[in-house]
Amino acid sequence: MTIKTHMTQQVKIQAVKTKKSYWKKLFLISLPVFIFLFSFFIGRYPIYPLQLIQIIGARIFHYTHPWPEIMNTIVFNIRIPRIIAAMMVGSSLAVAGASYQGMFKNPLVSPDILGVSAGAGFGAAIGIFLSFNMIKIQFCALCFGLIAVSCSCLISSKIRHDPMLALVLSGLIIGTLFTSAISLIKYVADPYDKLPAITFWLMGSLGSISKTDLYAIIPMILGIIPIYLIRWRINVLALGDEEANSLGLNTKKLKLVIIFCSTLVTAAAVSISGMIGWVGLMVPHLARMIVGPNYKILIPASSLIGGCYLLFVDDLARVIAPIEIPLGILTSSIGAPFFLYLLLRNRGGWR
Amino acid sequence: MKLEIKNMTCGYGHKKVINNVSVCLQSGEILCLLGPNGSGKTTFFKSILGLLKVHEGAIVFQGESIKGWSHSKIAKAIGYIPQAHNPPFPFSVLDVVLMGRTAHLGNFSTPGDQDVQIAVQAIEDLNIAYLQDRIYTEISGGERQLVLIARALTQQPQILVMDEPTTGLDFGNQLLVLSHIKKLARRGLAIIMSSHYPEHAFHYATKALLFKEGQVFAQGLPNEVVTENSIKALYGTNVKIISIPTQNNKEVKVCIPREQFD
Repeated sequence: MTIKTHMTQQVKIQAVKTKKSYWKKLFLISLPVFIFLFSFFIGRYPIYPLQLIQIIGARIFHYTHPWPEIMNTIVFNIRIPRIIAAMMVGSSLAVAGASYQGMFKNPLVSPDILGVSAGAGFGAAIGIFLSFNMIKIQFCALCFGLIAVSCSCLISSKIRHDPMLALVLSGLIIGTLFTSAISLIKYVADPYDKLPAITFWLMGSLGSISKTDLYAIIPMILGIIPIYLIRWRINVLALGDEEANSLGLNTKKLKLVIIFCSTLVTAAAVSISGMIGWVGLMVPHLARMIVGPNYKILIPASSLIGGCYLLFVDDLARVIAPIEIPLGILTSSIGAPFFLYLLLRNRGGWR
Repeated sequence: MKLEIKNMTCGYGHKKVINNVSVCLQSGEILCLLGPNGSGKTTFFKSILGLLKVHEGAIVFQGESIKGWSHSKIAKAIGYIPQAHNPPFPFSVLDVVLMGRTAHLGNFSTPGDQDVQIAVQAIEDLNIAYLQDRIYTEISGGERQLVLIARALTQQPQILVMDEPTTGLDFGNQLLVLSHIKKLARRGLAIIMSSHYPEHAFHYATKALLFKEGQVFAQGLPNEVVTENSIKALYGTNVKIISIPTQNNKEVKVCIPREQFD
């Protein structure tokens, strides 16, 4: 009798759980769809839902339309690229942040801990300084982001210390060096033309995204896929090297994959959007609050929430003021208080 | 199953910590390591687990040297139960136990139904089914130690290595963990554990290995090698070992500080 009641209780608990996780899944999948559609209607030039359907329909079925051509341009050349870029950048930063937090066994780590943002910022500053065109500037940013992290890894391998601490310290050193190099370029740059351009780039914006910038999502996808595939193993990595090794995990190989992929996606994200802080630190916590710490679900959840979050912030950037607000300013001013809230609640999904 | 350690010398980098250790272990045996802090017990474990390079000698599992084996190949043969500690994220108990499947899963796969079944079975074997959905970081130290044993069983190794499995546990939990260890040995696992209590060797081990300053001080049957003299030599303390007869014509030994008799 008691066993039977116990069993039914177990079954009930199980049922409640599956129902709960079902709603969570539905929420996580419908949120991006909703915010994706919603973002089309936001901006200086109003577009209404019915119009959007007509505009897209006209493009597919090639029928003549009564509305001005500019509306087509807005939808296809401005809003779609910008929405896709915002979602991909947000996803990339969140996935990179989540995997770094697991790898460094520390929930307070962000994707630029190894100096990738400072490196990419330096690359972009040099590109702007030398009057490169947009594509070359982005390429420059991507390359220097990768170079900065390679330097961090190389230096850390020379330090005979706890390898993870060595990596963090090397990242700090490289980040500082590149940040001061950025300052140097700003100092010598033309104060009427180049300096504002560099400063504005560093504050982060998706305002100038066009269709041609979307090639940058290729490295992002190339980096996210391997992290998605190995995501369950990040759980084991979070136990520490020796324990993970004794469970049969080749930690060296896994860490290399994570560092390479995270760097690739972050550098690609920074190269088209500029420096956007706090997303990679905050979103994984938000995701952990919703789905728990298991990386099997945490990585896809971080990626979805990251995409939604940055798109939402970009929508805000477009509408809250007569001029567009740089994204980096918004993500930090939302991220910092949110983080304080997490700390006060003391339930951010870590001990 | 047979594990042979032949004239092993090992340590960190070029520094030698353990010199010329030879020991042999078979299924169902419990080997208890005794020795003062810093005598090389942990180094010995790390070498067996392939975490440290063996300088000289060899570790031979089923007649084959484990030199050059991958982490996952070693993990399938030897399971490690560390001292319970906090991971940085609040994983559920089932998630922690499932991590024992790492060596059996491909790089790109996540645990499937069959892995969950193996994990749940291990959890049930240790009578901790009630913990399955709890948060690992929120349960007690004794419960965590049992969870880690369940994780090692999920790994399905033939040898279990336990670094001071009773450290930090209350008296009841110590006995609980030790009785589980004994049960696992009866099921055919070979167990290597370290301990700070000579009585653990008497009560649970089939073999004792005494370490002093990285050398084997003595090895053999616990009743023969763990003596008043050897404990004096290892720890520098005077003890009295007393035999108490049990009902089935056996005897249990206890170890009491000699000053209690003065």
